[in-house]
Amino acid sequence: MINSDVAVSVRDLRKRYGKFVALDGVSFDIAHGETFALLGPNGAGKSTTIEILEGYRDRTSGETSVLGVDPGTGGLAWKARLGIVLQSSGESGNVTVREQLTHFAGIYPHPRDVDEVLAAVGLEQQHKTLMRKLSGGQRRRVDVALGIIGGPELLFLDEPTTGFDPEARRQFWGLIRELKNDGTTILLTTHYLDEAAALGDRAGIIAGGALIDIGTIDAIGGAEARVPVVRWLENGARREQRTAEPATFVARLVSDNGGREVFGLEVVRPSLEDIYLDLVSRFETGERDDSLAATHGVLNQQEATR
Amino acid sequence: MTTTITRLPAGRTARLGLSRIANEVRAYFRQGDSVFFTFLFPVVMLTIFSTAFSNGSFGTDSAGNDVSAAAYYLPGMLAAGLLLSGLQNLAIDIAIERSDGTLKRLAGTPLPVVSYFIGKIGQVLVTGAAQAALLLIVAAVLFGVELPTEAGQWATFVWVFLLGVTTSAVLGIALSRVPRSGKSATSVILPITLVLQFISGVYLPFTQLPDWLQNVASVFPLKWMAQGMRSVFLPDTFESLEQGGSWDLAGVVLVTGLWLVVGLILCRITFRWIRKDS
Repeated sequence: MINSDVAVSVRDLRKRYGKFVALDGVSFDIAHGETFALLGPNGAGKSTTIEILEGYRDRTSGETSVLGVDPGTGGLAWKARLGIVLQSSGESGNVTVREQLTHFAGIYPHPRDVDEVLAAVGLEQQHKTLMRKLSGGQRRRVDVALGIIGGPELLFLDEPTTGFDPEARRQFWGLIRELKNDGTTILLTTHYLDEAAALGDRAGIIAGGALIDIGTIDAIGGAEARVPVVRWLENGARREQRTAEPATFVARLVSDNGGREVFGLEVVRPSLEDIYLDLVSRFETGERDDSLAATHGVLNQQEATR
Repeated sequence: MTTTITRLPAGRTARLGLSRIANEVRAYFRQGDSVFFTFLFPVVMLTIFSTAFSNGSFGTDSAGNDVSAAAYYLPGMLAAGLLLSGLQNLAIDIAIERSDGTLKRLAGTPLPVVSYFIGKIGQVLVTGAAQAALLLIVAAVLFGVELPTEAGQWATFVWVFLLGVTTSAVLGIALSRVPRSGKSATSVILPITLVLQFISGVYLPFTQLPDWLQNVASVFPLKWMAQGMRSVFLPDTFESLEQGGSWDLAGVVLVTGLWLVVGLILCRITFRWIRKDS
């Protein structure tokens, strides 16, 4: 059942392109004001999901509700409440940054101030520059500016910081936090796990067209996946131990070493990236095992019929 | 948090259409190749033809004065301008916008499709009018072509221009669906407009074409736009040379108007912001 009290509700969403199954029954909700990060390898179904919710693609089956409207039939008044930052754009760009922003501001009923948005994305210096003369990162900032110019209730960000330098990325994070504080609901896809961890309230990991995990950022992968790792050097060899009580473990290492310093010591809590990579690789090996098992099953059956 | 909007203000389709026209015209003149191949092309061709055939004989008016090459080719070039500014320009432009993500971006905004159309057709009207004005100035000033003095002829010019340029623009929007990508757009559209220009009396004197080719050309609107323009700018002595021995302005309205209706229907049926699920 669709949940109409939330900003985005997705139930058993499926999408087929011919014989290829891109989405195989995905379900999740995004609450009002929440930032939800959708993570996953290339081709996992992230963009298909987001483009169905934006109204760009039709779904094969399942139910979706975006701000209380079915995106397959959403009209102009519905679009006026959305902000969309697509994955890429290659427009010929014979207009200046300011002209483009001013024009798009005019399309929305309650737009944000053009100068304020220029400042928010750090393009005050380039406001008179033709779009085609901007660098890749600057163009991406225009994309983001166009996504927020309408003052959206719900903002879609499909890999928004690709091509940003580290400073620009930090600046962008600040902008997104301001939007969050204003109550904007955000659906974010990204390949940068630190970005998802910095901005997201919750994350969903999608692989092979299915949601393999979903939860708050600090609960993804379960408690087990977050057990810290102690690493140290012993006779020149790397050793490591996972333990829920790293301090006690380190104290024992020191006492075992006759009270002397332990070399190369570090205590690491698995980052979202470690956990994500672990989940995805386990999913992929699992899939291989399943297909092997299926092959064996067929062989066994053939043997049995002989 | 923004309040929920249930209805958008009335009249925004027209207001946004006007704002699109301003944007489109500005972008058009900043695009070097479109300025050359659609805007200046007829002027360049008029200059070449007028210079190359300056010693040719194209007939005389009722007073027995020779009609110059520039005067003879002016109506054809005006008609070609209508075709290039409308059909060729928009079919290529929109195909490129579809493949480079411009249309996808617009599809995600509350911009009405009709406003987008107004912007494109308005751009064609503005650039087409500027082009026609430039052609007339070049013909009059550089080549000494005597322009009509009767108000009735100018009235004919205005309606032939408006009907022609609108039809051409609408057909351009409809044809923009044909190229599979922005890269192939030019090579798909250019041959169509080139062939039309050759069989419709733009570059070759229409009356010298074989009858069957004249009949084929009569199916398409360019032949009629050129005929309408000839009725304005050529002396009455030329009327008897036309197919059926008359300017046949009713035919101009009928065939061009029919193509306008066909174009509008095609736009309505086939226009999509993006190729879904491609």
